[in-house]
Amino acid sequence: MTQQPRKGLDLHRREMPKQPPHIRRRNFEEVAFGYDPELAVAEAARCLQCKKPLCVDGCPVEINIPGFIKCIANREFTGAIRIIKEKNCLPAVCGRVCPQEEQCEVKCVLNKKGAPVAIGRLERFAAEMEVKKAKMELPEKDPSTGKKVAIIGSGPAGITVAGDLILQGHDVTVFEALHEPGGVLVYGIPEFRLPKMVVRREIEYLQKLGVKVVTNYVVGKTRTLARLLEEYDAAFVGTGAGLPWFMELPGENLNGVYSANEYLTRMNLMKGFRFPHAATPVKAHRRVAVIGGGNVAMDCARTAVRLGADEVCIIYRRSETELPARLEEYENAVEEGVVFHFLTLPVRLIGDDDGWLREMECIRMELGEPDKSGRRRPVPVADSNFTLPMDAYVVAIGNSPNPLIPATTPELETGKWGNIIADEATGRTSMDRVWAGGDIVTGAATVILAMGAGRVAARAMHAFLMDA
Amino acid sequence: MYDVVTREMIAPNLHLLTVAAPDVAAEIQPGNFVIVRADDEAERIPLSVADWDRAAGTVTVVFMVVGASTDRLSRLRAGEAVPTVVGPLGKPTALDNYGTVACIGGCYGIGSIYPLVRALHERGNRVLTFLEARSSYLLYWQEKLNEFSHELFCITRDGSAGVRGHVSRTLDVLQKPDHQPGQVYVNGCTYLLAKTARELEPLHVPVMVSLNPIMIDGTGMCGVCRVTVDGRVKFACVDGPDFDGRQVDWDELLKRRKQYLHEEAFLVHDSGCGGMRQ
Repeated sequence: MTQQPRKGLDLHRREMPKQPPHIRRRNFEEVAFGYDPELAVAEAARCLQCKKPLCVDGCPVEINIPGFIKCIANREFTGAIRIIKEKNCLPAVCGRVCPQEEQCEVKCVLNKKGAPVAIGRLERFAAEMEVKKAKMELPEKDPSTGKKVAIIGSGPAGITVAGDLILQGHDVTVFEALHEPGGVLVYGIPEFRLPKMVVRREIEYLQKLGVKVVTNYVVGKTRTLARLLEEYDAAFVGTGAGLPWFMELPGENLNGVYSANEYLTRMNLMKGFRFPHAATPVKAHRRVAVIGGGNVAMDCARTAVRLGADEVCIIYRRSETELPARLEEYENAVEEGVVFHFLTLPVRLIGDDDGWLREMECIRMELGEPDKSGRRRPVPVADSNFTLPMDAYVVAIGNSPNPLIPATTPELETGKWGNIIADEATGRTSMDRVWAGGDIVTGAATVILAMGAGRVAARAMHAFLMDA
Repeated sequence: MYDVVTREMIAPNLHLLTVAAPDVAAEIQPGNFVIVRADDEAERIPLSVADWDRAAGTVTVVFMVVGASTDRLSRLRAGEAVPTVVGPLGKPTALDNYGTVACIGGCYGIGSIYPLVRALHERGNRVLTFLEARSSYLLYWQEKLNEFSHELFCITRDGSAGVRGHVSRTLDVLQKPDHQPGQVYVNGCTYLLAKTARELEPLHVPVMVSLNPIMIDGTGMCGVCRVTVDGRVKFACVDGPDFDGRQVDWDELLKRRKQYLHEEAFLVHDSGCGGMRQ
């Protein structure tokens, strides 16, 4: 049965049911429950099925968005996931963490009326429906090519390359430095935003297709990239942006001061939220400040809330308008009681005799002329210094590309920030038989952009392998 | 999984653990460390490597039980396995021929100084090895170390073996006219490293210390191992673990080492009876 075209425009964008703030502040379970079939079908029915779908232009991996939404509207849920998976091997992840509001949904014609189709939520729904089925559908693989590919890093970029190349008949091995595959999806993004079960499922899917995953293997240390290439026909480097920035403030080495990477890794990968059952220790801080305005800062602040802190604040040097975090994450943080100090910059951290953070000194900012990024530059207001009592301070101002591989691979040309230089159209690097993509090339960006880069590199690698 | 080949207590509270980790054993160099997890709930802890056998594909560490994770490691038996042994991590120790060198080890560092003693001897150095301990019963591996040492000295605080005193007694030897070292290497607890770096200042030679701060990933990602060296912040896991002890901000590092003392005590003393939770 096909959905009948509707007469009037349905501008009621269906919300996902969520855990209420006072409940979710005390647990690490996922905040949003996802659509049930009725909600999903109703939301899907709002899609106008444009002849020239602009949403697809907004998608970095060009999913046939109207196609899968039409399937959902017609209750053909298996068809929906099949269409998504033609282009995206991680729909359960992307449905949750993609910034749809600035990609596909911003292009939706209904966005002009303020109610774009909830493409991300529908993508997540399609992925969840597939999991609920008894058996996951495995696509046909091309006959074996006998070519061996090494993929360094099991984050979004590496997973995408692995997923594409295994289907094309290559022998794919993924090397991961940590003890669990998934990269930033497992060490960085918290459980309440992306359950680790979702990532594990995606990895298991790849393994079922025949991808080999080697954990506890640090390419650059356990073996150099050059040595790996003695055994492999080609390699893809997707090692991410793993080197945390600090602000170089006085007192930044006090106890109680964390990089966002440390704070999140302790809680997620190391399961710190289950301390003392899990052995990685975690401090019970009462007052926590998080510095930065991106999604990572929101993740850290909301983690601190869940660990039972009395007061959690985010310190951001610009105003609410410039906040780079997704609106949804900002709203979630506010609902959960995170306090925002806009136009504020930390200048000094003050500790006690035992080396523990006790206070932070900040200065007020005001917005001046626009800078190169087009955003108004924050400038300090003279004599506006003030102090806040604080036990913990989490620096979430960004990361540089991970230097381990560039440092041990002189053949790889790198840029100013230590990023690997790779051709945008192919992902090819200056080193023979080596491609790269994701944050290691661009600096810290999004999951879907890393996947897009992985897709581009996989295509070029396949062409190279079939040619050789 | 990585098979446990041997695990034995070689001195009270000091354990030797040999695991099968062929990929690590194949590449390891003196000064490298590994990160080990005892089980799926355990912390990732960095351990200096005391020995290896490339042919057998094994790596050996010596560790002292100080908290929950080392406690779990100390209960392993041959035939069991651990989920993580990753490495070799950190930069290998810079080795050269310096004429005479002093190698000082205490606690687990008596074990982890061994690869340095061996490698320095192989490079033609005259190696003076010093073992430091509270009492004679905490010494081990003297014969193993003696094989590559020109001279081996023991220093115990109670005088039950060798000379009585602390690490400053090394100066009795190292200030002799023909014993002046070109370089000093120290392995052991942070306190020993700090004290040695300070006490040996009169020698005016580099005192290379192998730092062992708190770490998680060991690949430069988390930054918890940051240490101030010569006024600049370094990550011990990727920039070290070796630094010239004369340039390390010891006051800061000793305080950072103590961050989880309270939480560790909880884990060690909570025997499961529920007493600690009340």
